[in-house]
Amino acid sequence: MSETRVLLERIDEPGLNTIDVYERLGGYRSLRKALTEMEADTVLAELENSGLRGRGGAGFAMGKKASFIPKGSMDKYLCCNADESEPGTFKDRLLMQKDPHRLIEGMVIAAVAAGANRAFIYIRGEYELQADILDAAVAEAYERGYLGQRILGSPHSVELVVSRGAGAYICGEESALLDSLEGKRGNPRLKPPFPAIQGLYQGPTLINNVETLCNVPFIVEKGADWFRTMGTDKSAGTKIVSVSGNVQRPGNYEVELGVSAREIVYGLAGGPPEGREVKCWFPGGSSAPVLLAEDLDLPYDFEHMAEAGSMLGSGAIIVVDDAQPIVPLCLRLAEFYRHESCGKCVPCREGTNWTVKMLDRIDSGEGTPMDIELLAQVQENIIGNCLCVLGDAMAMPVGSMIEKFREEFEQHMEEARSLADGEALRDRLEAPASANAA
Amino acid sequence: MTPRTDPALVPDPAEVDVPADLRTDIERLMSLYPDRRSAVLGALTAAQRRHGWCSPEAMLQVAAVMRVTPAYLESVATFYDMLRTEPTGSHYLYVCTSVACHCRNAKAVYDAVAEEAERTGLEDWEVREFECLGACDMAPMASVDGRFVGPLEPGDAPALVAAMREGREALPGRGLGDTDYAYPWGGKA
Repeated sequence: MSETRVLLERIDEPGLNTIDVYERLGGYRSLRKALTEMEADTVLAELENSGLRGRGGAGFAMGKKASFIPKGSMDKYLCCNADESEPGTFKDRLLMQKDPHRLIEGMVIAAVAAGANRAFIYIRGEYELQADILDAAVAEAYERGYLGQRILGSPHSVELVVSRGAGAYICGEESALLDSLEGKRGNPRLKPPFPAIQGLYQGPTLINNVETLCNVPFIVEKGADWFRTMGTDKSAGTKIVSVSGNVQRPGNYEVELGVSAREIVYGLAGGPPEGREVKCWFPGGSSAPVLLAEDLDLPYDFEHMAEAGSMLGSGAIIVVDDAQPIVPLCLRLAEFYRHESCGKCVPCREGTNWTVKMLDRIDSGEGTPMDIELLAQVQENIIGNCLCVLGDAMAMPVGSMIEKFREEFEQHMEEARSLADGEALRDRLEAPASANAA
Repeated sequence: MTPRTDPALVPDPAEVDVPADLRTDIERLMSLYPDRRSAVLGALTAAQRRHGWCSPEAMLQVAAVMRVTPAYLESVATFYDMLRTEPTGSHYLYVCTSVACHCRNAKAVYDAVAEEAERTGLEDWEVREFECLGACDMAPMASVDGRFVGPLEPGDAPALVAAMREGREALPGRGLGDTDYAYPWGGKA
């Protein structure tokens, strides 16, 4: 099978990150069209009609979200969520590094459509190379009049700032992102009010993922109908899928939504290494409940992943082969969420902590059958009980692993325990007699 | 305690010496946002670059320029992984051991690098395991002061650590963004 390249069509063009090459390849024509041939409302309608759904994880209709921004002449904000921290996801990194002007163009169009006059790209601090590239691209765009006051002679003005994070997964959660952008600890906020009404600096704020915004210039250029010819009825367009883990060719692949997951994992990424089989896979980053090899024939889109009990999420497939024991993987996953929990809500802060402790016990031979039961219960008590979904993001995949690999958990625990018992016995036998007496 | 060092008080700008270039950096950052406090992360990063870590002195300087309290800055600095509130080294090596890298033997890579750093007495580098860096296609990988290198294997540890100690570019040609960077299995990143 082959990819359907729209966003990645020219990604390997040398120098695409510079404005000269980008313009030569037709760049910023969509912006010109949106500003000179279309009304802001028409642009917004086009985005709504395209069926473009958010590519960051939640899959909310982008045009609809933009339409929630109230009209009127107050300060309004557009934030690009470039925090890309979901384990397994590296598509936005590629887009920003190779095609930064596409993002800028998409942002200016989206800002105009939503009536926003200030825009920010909140990029994770670890992406230093990509942030440097974006900074340079933004400076070029200002120089050519694509950013700033009265863009291309239109009444629209957009100021754009690249703002760097400093290492916190939670800042990819939109309300935590806003707090971080305001210079605070990245704690999620209580919703409602939603950012569209009360977001950055208490003003109306539209927040979109990098990939979502990169689709915007294409929709303006070629139309909503064209966009809908790709993908499925409810999941229109293409999706860049980051494939990683135990596959022969990890990387970013752009496909139409609705192709089978097997085609992506085997056809594009080469499947697991020679002699190995797929044990399980995360269809949408590490926060997505795992699916099994038999689920690979499902169409890869928002609906089918949800029906299978998981989610498309950020579109990151992590493949785990049959050489990987499930308990250490589950433990490593839980450790991530424990580390990244902001600590604001008790079920998440304590739940992630105790999950790690229990998994560690199971892995090191100190577990009891009760631990597995308790572990499963803790997951259920996290879900839906916090301000944001970070806790759920651990509880869902951990819960799915226990459910689907319960026998392996039990076996692992027994084996680890007899190993630990054996070591304890050996220590006692080898220890001097006086120590035994003690 | 004098008011100047009380973390709950905004320091008197007249009493705090701030290096001119750092002040310029912070003031430029403040000018980018409608609310100057949005510049906190950038300002702390700039101060860390200069001082090697977010030392009390560094935070006092940021506080004096931004007119916020050192306590506030500390609350922010302790939240973010890239801001160092202990003097662990002014350079960083983050070895990703998160889920995707975990499946590709990342722990062995980290152990090898940590052992080599320890064995050779590497100084002024913060070497640590890190959560997903967004480069699972390069797994297992690491970030050397922001430059992503990978895929790595434990055998890369001596060359990597030697380059870090000598201030050379680590593993030339194997860093994301290097002109000819390509995956070992073909194709570009």
